[in-house]
Amino acid sequence: MAKRPEPVQIVKQRRDAALQRLVGQVPYIQFLGIEFERHGDELTAVMPFSEQNIGNPMIPALHGGATAAFLEVAAIIELSWAMTWEDMEAGAISDDSPRILLPKTIDFTVDYLRSGLPRDAYARARVNRLGRRYASVHVEGWQDNKSRIFAQATGHFLMPARDG
Amino acid sequence: MSDETKARQELIARSFIEAIPHARALGMNLTEIGDGRATITMAYDKKLVGDPETGVIHGGAVSALMDTCSGAAVMAHPTGPLGTATIDLRIDYMRSAKPGDTITATAECYHVTRSVAFIRATATDADTSRPVATATGAFTIETGGAK
Repeated sequence: MAKRPEPVQIVKQRRDAALQRLVGQVPYIQFLGIEFERHGDELTAVMPFSEQNIGNPMIPALHGGATAAFLEVAAIIELSWAMTWEDMEAGAISDDSPRILLPKTIDFTVDYLRSGLPRDAYARARVNRLGRRYASVHVEGWQDNKSRIFAQATGHFLMPARDG
Repeated sequence: MSDETKARQELIARSFIEAIPHARALGMNLTEIGDGRATITMAYDKKLVGDPETGVIHGGAVSALMDTCSGAAVMAHPTGPLGTATIDLRIDYMRSAKPGDTITATAECYHVTRSVAFIRATATDADTSRPVATATGAFTIETGGAK
């Protein structure tokens, strides 16, 4: 007999808890006020506007460093999310499992396409390669209009050692 | 360059840093500036941690430091830019910064055209013999003239 599908609330609760475990453990993500929205396995990083992320008060524009950090956070979380998805879905991750080890950035290159406005910023990352040791991730950031990307970045990451 | 011009330029560059809310939020401190070079320090702070397992500072905070330092170096170039913005910045992370250590970034413009400054930057912790990260980038040069 076919297995009954899990109730949707259980599935959502498990995924949201796993995402919270990833994001909630990093002080710098809290410092920048970055949050993640989830639809199935798709993540959107959101950096609500904050006065402290301003780089040029005359324009005013977001600081290039805040933008770079936002894109790097989006890339690392997307990569960790992709890395842990299967275990998480199999129910292998619980509150008592050890903390999830994060990938380490090898290099990160940011293209600044237009100045960051004093508004909320959004980003989505795409894992282009996920190997046992190395990964390559591309990330795009936008604000009011999804088609007008204000910054994009590519990064390479060293994956944490995994069992098996 | 006269002493007066130089003093004025240093003042502009110094206030440029101090007027940046994000640089203040990260606790940056400009220690040297002039002639297309700048040095900025960033003290260790728990709120900047990226890896709770080790207490190592997040790469993004190092990026922000490198970006600010590079911008300051451009502003301190003898050609006297009125403003600058990052076109692109690549950071190579050589090793983790030691938790607790202040990070010091030094940036220099190694080539400048009428509209673009090419910069190189290095960040170290207390062990200055081994860089924590290096960066290369291109920055705009705003002269206030016709666009």
